[in-house]
Amino acid sequence: MTPRTLYQKIWDSHVVHEQPGQPAIIYIDRHLIHEGTSPQAFAGLRAEGRKVRRPDLTFAVMDHSVSTTDRTLPILDNDAKLQFDALEKNCRESGVRLFDMNSKNQGIVHIIGPELGITQPGQTLVCGDSHTSTHGAFGTLAFGIGTSEVEHVLATQCLVQSRSKTLHILVHGKRPKGVTAKDLILAIIGKTGIAGGNGHVAEYGGEAIRALSMDGRMTVCNMTIEGGARAGMIAPDETTFAYLEGRPFVPRGKAFQEAVERWKALATDPGAEFDATVTLDAAKISPQVTWGTNPGMVTGVTERVPDPASFHEADDQKAAARALEYMGLKAGTLVVDIPVDRVFIGSCTNSRLNDLRAAARVVAGKHVSRTLKEALVVPGSMTIKAKAEAEGLDKIFRDAGFEWRDAGCSMCIAMNPDVLPPGERAASTSNRNFEGRQGKDSRTHLVSPVMAAAAAIAGHFVDIRDWNVDATE
Amino acid sequence: MQPFSTHTGLVLPLDRINVDTDQMVPKQFLKLQTKQGFGRVLFYDWRYLPGEKPNPDFILNQPQYKGASVMLARANFGCGSSREHAPWAVADYGFRVLIAPSYADIFYNNCFKNGILPVTLPEENVEELFKRAEKEPGYSLTADLPNQTISDAHGLNLKFEIDNFRKHVLLEGLDDIGLTLKHEAAITAFEQAQHPSATMYEPVDAKYSPKQP
Repeated sequence: MTPRTLYQKIWDSHVVHEQPGQPAIIYIDRHLIHEGTSPQAFAGLRAEGRKVRRPDLTFAVMDHSVSTTDRTLPILDNDAKLQFDALEKNCRESGVRLFDMNSKNQGIVHIIGPELGITQPGQTLVCGDSHTSTHGAFGTLAFGIGTSEVEHVLATQCLVQSRSKTLHILVHGKRPKGVTAKDLILAIIGKTGIAGGNGHVAEYGGEAIRALSMDGRMTVCNMTIEGGARAGMIAPDETTFAYLEGRPFVPRGKAFQEAVERWKALATDPGAEFDATVTLDAAKISPQVTWGTNPGMVTGVTERVPDPASFHEADDQKAAARALEYMGLKAGTLVVDIPVDRVFIGSCTNSRLNDLRAAARVVAGKHVSRTLKEALVVPGSMTIKAKAEAEGLDKIFRDAGFEWRDAGCSMCIAMNPDVLPPGERAASTSNRNFEGRQGKDSRTHLVSPVMAAAAAIAGHFVDIRDWNVDATE
Repeated sequence: MQPFSTHTGLVLPLDRINVDTDQMVPKQFLKLQTKQGFGRVLFYDWRYLPGEKPNPDFILNQPQYKGASVMLARANFGCGSSREHAPWAVADYGFRVLIAPSYADIFYNNCFKNGILPVTLPEENVEELFKRAEKEPGYSLTADLPNQTISDAHGLNLKFEIDNFRKHVLLEGLDDIGLTLKHEAAITAFEQAQHPSATMYEPVDAKYSPKQP
């Protein structure tokens, strides 16, 4: 039999119908929905008299617009309230499990899927959110879809898809101290560019990827979409199985052992071919900081803000000049000389327990800079929040001058009151530094949790490698 | 869905690479529950000054591009968020055709669900179209989907590639869900053979219980 990649194996086992010259109909094992991109899909179903085919395979959560402060207070944002009400009604009528804003299991959709064991290796999983690529960390084929496709999956539990090309991203060697999963993925995007993965499904491999915890792997897969590939995957291994065992939706006992045997067979066969391969050496990667208005505009913390004239293509020169103007930066400025106004530790990229532990090690016994206007820690789920509190992390953050919030997407997308004001500059552990992403005319620098934590203490970016703390997430 | 066959319209040349969907429809408009009316907010932060005063520097507000229905764009158009609000806004504003060297995957896919034809042409062709559009006031292009061509009034005629199935669906304005449901028997057979399930082994704090099918 021809050797196959992880992606090809999952694809082959999910084809419901296929005929030559046409895209295939593939089955979807798990469908996650949230308040932001689902109301129009349910309205579409109603208009056509259709029903949710598999409410048992559909999971709903409120995350994008939820408040991260006191949820017993009335919701002042009427549009957000209408969204929550619509999701509530849609789930009630269709029998879809809903983690509402008062659930102990509430959290960001891409955090709670894995946390509850809803996400498992070998599945197909979709959600109306581009960061669905996160779930690929489990050896799951997971990707974001638009609202029309949300409606399609609700109605049919299937999607019409063409096979993607495959991209192998290998990170060899060991990452140096202070270099996190976030730095690996930012360095990868810096190398491939933000369109480098278009049309592809990525699979990550190599020693530095294998050495990552599940939290770290999720960070890498999460930002796959920022490099253009819709899905990013990592073959499941002992790290994956250990993470999954005992989670609420994961089989137990003998059934678990049988599942593990099936999952072990998912790994890409030796000799399987990829359409493209990218290779990086982890030892050469330094803590990364974005300087521009997309995640590919990134450099090492010891570097300088680049001169637009240093880019080869005229389009890139124009884009860089425009980005520097938007960001209020001068070419040649040392990254460590850039001051920050606010710090945000959170988002589906970097709000897991290990991220918070690493950031807490940086700030323990210190205090945020007097020049800082706000420092937020927003755990990815209420479960993570509770676990962090059991370890005393909340106290460490609070003592250091951080606010300790409830779970949600928060300042990553700023659909709730957590907004970065115009002209202000943030060190943010989120995934997008697009113009206006965290608030109109706001300026975002994407960094790892330990880099964000250190920037909060210093009031400007610093090279975390100089601080001698364990950054491992 | 509105079918697409041929369309002739005024060209708006948007000379920026990597235009992301956050720019097309910023986050504050993602709470609306309709698919209509997003044209007013297309490129909101670029288009409006405080108080929703049109920004005269942004191309969409320039009088010579009023009524444009063909958008000429640069590489990796529509990157970032999967929000379908972006193509809803593009279509609601009145654009029926996009022309760019490349698109981000999710946005490209979403266009076809909304009766928008996203044409992909090589960089050098797109460059030539930018030159013509910027030089000639009222420059129009015709997109002919059956023949897969983009042409202008001066004899320029460019062939473009498109997936046959996508072309068919767009030409006929077909309902994707209806098409998939024609294979209901195959879906049911797959479910019976594979037993897809999401068994809960430990209680979670969720509302509502699905009935097992």
